[in-house]
Amino acid sequence: MAKVSFKDVSFKYGANQILKNFSLDIESGEILCLVGPSGCGKTTLVRCLLGLNKPETGEIYVGDNCIFSAGRRINQPVERRNIGIVFQDYAVWPHLTVSENVGYPLKKKRIGKAEIAQRVADTLAMVNMTEYANHLPSQLSGGQQQRVAIARALVTNSDIIVMDEPITNLDAKLREQMLEEIREIQRKSGTTVLYITHDQQSALQLCDRMAVMEPDGTLCQMGTDEDIILRPANRFTFEFIGVSNFIPVEVQDGKLTLKPAGGGTIPWADGVLPEENKGAQELEVGVRPNDIVFDPASPIKVTVTRSVFLGSEYDYFIQLGDQELRVQQNTLDAARQGVVKEGTEVGVRFLNYRFYSPKKEVSA
Amino acid sequence: MDQVVLRHVTKRFTTKTLGDIVAVDDFNLEVHEGECFSFLGPSGCGKSTTLRMVAGFEDLSEGEIELCGKLVSSKEKNLYIPPEERGLGMVFQSFAVWPHMNVFENVAFPLRIQKVNKTEIEQRVKAAMKHTSLTGLENVYPSDLSGGQQQRIALARAIVTQPKVMLLDEPLSNLDPKLRETMRFEIKELQREFGFTIIFVTHDQSEAMAISDRMMVCDMGKIMQIDTPENLYNKPNSRFVHSFLGESTFLNVEIADGKVYAKGDMENPLALDIPKDADKQMVVATRPNSIDLLGADQEGYPTHIAKRIFLTDRTEYIVPVGEQNLKIQTPHRIAFAEGEACRVRLASPMWYPAEDEAAEKERQRRQLV
Amino acid sequence: MSRFGSKNKDLAAVDGRRVNVDGVLTAVSVVLLLIVVVIPVVSIIYNSFFYQGHFDPQLFIGQLTDPSNLSAMWNTIKIAFWVTLLGTILGTFYAWLLGRSDIPAKGLMRALFNIPYMFPPFLGAMAWDLLLNGRSGYLNKLLMSVFNLSKAPVNINTLGGIIFVELSYYFPFVFMQVVSALERMDPTLEECARIAGAKQMTVIRKITLPLVVPAISAGALLIMTTSLAHFGVPSILGFSQGIFTLPTKIYAVISRTGGSFEGIRQGAALSIMLVVVVAVALVIQKKILSSGSYDIIKGKSMRPTLIKLRGAKIPLLVLCIATLVLIVIVPLVMIFLVSLVKAYGLPLVPENFTFNNYIKVFKSDGTLGSIKNSIILSVGAGIICMFLGTLIAYVVQKIKPKGKEMLEILSVLPYSLPGTVLAIGVILAWSGAIFGISLYNTLWIILIAYIARYLSFSMKSSSAALLQVHPSLEEAARTCGASHMESLKDVTLPLIRPAMVSGFFLIFLPAMREVTTSVLLYGPYTRTLGVQIYSLRDAGMIPQAAALGSIAIIIIIVCNTIVTEVTKDRKGV
Repeated sequence: MAKVSFKDVSFKYGANQILKNFSLDIESGEILCLVGPSGCGKTTLVRCLLGLNKPETGEIYVGDNCIFSAGRRINQPVERRNIGIVFQDYAVWPHLTVSENVGYPLKKKRIGKAEIAQRVADTLAMVNMTEYANHLPSQLSGGQQQRVAIARALVTNSDIIVMDEPITNLDAKLREQMLEEIREIQRKSGTTVLYITHDQQSALQLCDRMAVMEPDGTLCQMGTDEDIILRPANRFTFEFIGVSNFIPVEVQDGKLTLKPAGGGTIPWADGVLPEENKGAQELEVGVRPNDIVFDPASPIKVTVTRSVFLGSEYDYFIQLGDQELRVQQNTLDAARQGVVKEGTEVGVRFLNYRFYSPKKEVSA
Repeated sequence: MDQVVLRHVTKRFTTKTLGDIVAVDDFNLEVHEGECFSFLGPSGCGKSTTLRMVAGFEDLSEGEIELCGKLVSSKEKNLYIPPEERGLGMVFQSFAVWPHMNVFENVAFPLRIQKVNKTEIEQRVKAAMKHTSLTGLENVYPSDLSGGQQQRIALARAIVTQPKVMLLDEPLSNLDPKLRETMRFEIKELQREFGFTIIFVTHDQSEAMAISDRMMVCDMGKIMQIDTPENLYNKPNSRFVHSFLGESTFLNVEIADGKVYAKGDMENPLALDIPKDADKQMVVATRPNSIDLLGADQEGYPTHIAKRIFLTDRTEYIVPVGEQNLKIQTPHRIAFAEGEACRVRLASPMWYPAEDEAAEKERQRRQLV
Repeated sequence: MSRFGSKNKDLAAVDGRRVNVDGVLTAVSVVLLLIVVVIPVVSIIYNSFFYQGHFDPQLFIGQLTDPSNLSAMWNTIKIAFWVTLLGTILGTFYAWLLGRSDIPAKGLMRALFNIPYMFPPFLGAMAWDLLLNGRSGYLNKLLMSVFNLSKAPVNINTLGGIIFVELSYYFPFVFMQVVSALERMDPTLEECARIAGAKQMTVIRKITLPLVVPAISAGALLIMTTSLAHFGVPSILGFSQGIFTLPTKIYAVISRTGGSFEGIRQGAALSIMLVVVVAVALVIQKKILSSGSYDIIKGKSMRPTLIKLRGAKIPLLVLCIATLVLIVIVPLVMIFLVSLVKAYGLPLVPENFTFNNYIKVFKSDGTLGSIKNSIILSVGAGIICMFLGTLIAYVVQKIKPKGKEMLEILSVLPYSLPGTVLAIGVILAWSGAIFGISLYNTLWIILIAYIARYLSFSMKSSSAALLQVHPSLEEAARTCGASHMESLKDVTLPLIRPAMVSGFFLIFLPAMREVTTSVLLYGPYTRTLGVQIYSLRDAGMIPQAAALGSIAIIIIIVCNTIVTEVTKDRKGV
């Protein structure tokens, strides 16, 4: 295990700048989840780390070992980087048995047969695959194949294991289970893990720390799951992590007015502007669907256009001025306060909102 | 009026691996005019077989089916009307649009079979395509269209003859989640417009709840419960229905001195009303969002946060209750730290007799089919 | 796929400093294709239009205006037209019957319908000639004596006879394509039409048939090109009556002149005529059936509703069985019976039976040598093609150099050339014209022709397998510490091994029974099994030819069984 650092890495694919001066540090022994929408350059970053892509600038270190440096013309070949990889499609070799798959990296290191057998057995035990040692991959389920891939990455005591969307091909139930197993295996082996995904949910469940990438390939926030959820650094993180509503707000003499997109002017008397946003004139307030609550006493009136029962909650579309917002009401609350019928007018309050500067249409 | 009536409908199969199976066991149900009625259940529960019997692709082993007041299948009277004479609309999971015809021809096909005259065909196809937002795609071939558009062709083709009853066989399962939601609204919109009756088959409980007026939950070839989505979710009549709709936690409890104790903690009672016919051992069923999570200074069962998991749109807490764990979900704004003391209150849980293993085993066996 | 390819290129670029494995592989496949394909094809064109280094269209024009050549061309077209038309109807009908009706014994019948596909048609032609020869056919003689006729009632040595025999061997092309299309078709496509109000027959007409049109036309195309280039049947049934087709005419011209250069040049000119006919036919077919390929393979795997034949069930079953007896059983039994008869012409009764023919066949040097030659050639061509085809497939699929399309076309081109044409090209190229290398009358020249002819089989087989090998499998090996070569050796090759093996058999089997090219290329010591049967029959030793034919059939059956066994439990992709 080792600390891994990217320093000012840039990569171009044709005329397409995928990464620009990208820097990231992965601490030794942690699980770092790198999340971002598809196409943001996560996979390119991994391929640069593995040596499958060659960056234009920058340096990559594993521990003290520089595996790539554009300036110093260092580019260690793929097979000598000592990085374990688990691909989305497992990439276990179908013609080799489980133990042959796991033993292959050791064989390439010219390690003695007896030691290979021992280490393969130990690693298989760690991923709970001992009884399948002589099976062929075609006899295994998707989850089991992925465990073989993990074992193959673990067996050489790689400095770091990279997992590129390893659970995307599995069904929902198995995904949960695999996440817990990956956590458990990492705890036992102490390896540094770089986990790449576009799925915020699995990243939140697995990570020690999380790095959020924007679509243009820049790093937008780095922190624990709590930081990301409770203190999203910017509008992108807030929007990327869950369903959100954004309503334009006008500030005049410290008083807030909601200016819904499309039209309407609604004074927002109980809206509180935090210290850091004082002085701004035009803002947007971001609020999650379950932080909009019905309150007949509230002066902010909306019309419910659609109400759908989803079991655990009611899903509403409401009309605030001319803007459509999404609201979720817990079934328990609905039972206590009553369900709001389609077509009725009702008051709402916003809880737990945060302010962002308006989105620049041009950049989108 | 009842548009679709099933009386004692039964279907038996002989399979190589499991021998004789009653795929559909004595189904009795009425679907009202203009209603959206779902058949919901895990795979192998008999929902698709039932739909295929209504459509006329399968014969009945017993019982009879009535469509719009007319008998279409009856074992007793040896009556069987073929699918083409039942006047139904149907949409399949695989879309089943004909790749060798363009969009217009696909939609016009049922009318051409009915020998409708040219100008009327033109008119009605145009109208059907307008309702399904396909206008402008008349001359395009299905292979050039996305899954969502192909399913719209299937819908247009089904509504063009203005059938009274529409059968939808998992029509949204092959679409991505976002599109699934949009299409769900579109189907409801079409129903509002044309007033047809829908039978909707699905294994996805949230989809069924979102779209149905009433639904039938079935399992292992038997009807478990027929009711509105709210009633099924809030008052399921069996442990199976409870666990099949939404997420469930089943707490084993013991009743002593008129108080309810969670297994493993006979000191702190759960403040619950005991139903009249309760045994000493019972199961209390609750859901992650039907539990109040309160500060340590409030009233409720005293415990602590064992684990906190952030989900994208809410926070999930694992809280020990006796020797079992309770899963609670709250909006992010209700924030507790791991290890923090707290109190919980179960809001109106359901009560079921203690564990019935046999039923669970049989279900697993059936799913291997 | 292009994405995988470009990733692979990145991988190569990263490797750049060391020996460029990809470059070497590409160069090797280009050189080999040059030798085997390009040079023979260029030779034909050159020799038809150039004489001693000068442009000389005289020969070509002369051949083109020769009335006997024109009539051969007409015959070729007529035969191909009727065989294609009738074969398509027949194949589609039986495919529908087995795929969508409730006719009994489907599995067995399907297997039997595939038999004609395995056997060399010229053996069938031999059998039918023995039965229905205008002068001496056994069946003709029987009918004449029973009904007291003065003339043979049926004469197989006619255009109609040729069409009938080719038809019985080629309609399975359409049959197999359509059966598998019907099997893969999503049954809800048909169910949907029922719901829309269409009756069963309307569904067949409006939905089922149009959806299998691509399969039908693919099969029809195969029938047409094969029939246009076919040599065996018209040569056996037509020669005696002076009925020629272009392939048999080419053979006749060359053998009449005893293999002289002038004869071969005439043959080359005729070859160009044949190629033009094939090309025109392809264009016309494309015009008539301009059909896209539909994606009909999806949905739940449900069994389609089978159509109840009710009263028609028994008559249709009888028809199926009768067809099978006629095209499969009758020729086989005939060949076998004649192989036992003491002398050709004796009645087929047990008193006249003997195993002497087999003994004679095995005692003659020529026969044993021909079996040996065929085995050497088939195994040789099989192995070489297996590796060469895989190499080209790897270059095309994974390395993707500039001009990869050209490589692909070159390796498939010889397959669409009639065998006769290819043989002439090989003769022109490799009998001293280039660097003075003369391979004429050696096994080498036949080997080159076989390789060119069958290369596309193994290339297609390996290509399909390579497409299944996801690049991440090779990349995983690289990150596990394997070099580029090692990852090829440890991962890619083992994964496509089953496809390579089946590619080998795809070549070995037809090569064992090959006649068309060998008959033009053989020398005194290089007869092949097919040539030997052909010449035994030509020399009037018909019972011996039949005996050798029976042996060939047994070899084919044994090999086929091995193939099915080998490919049954294939591991890997």
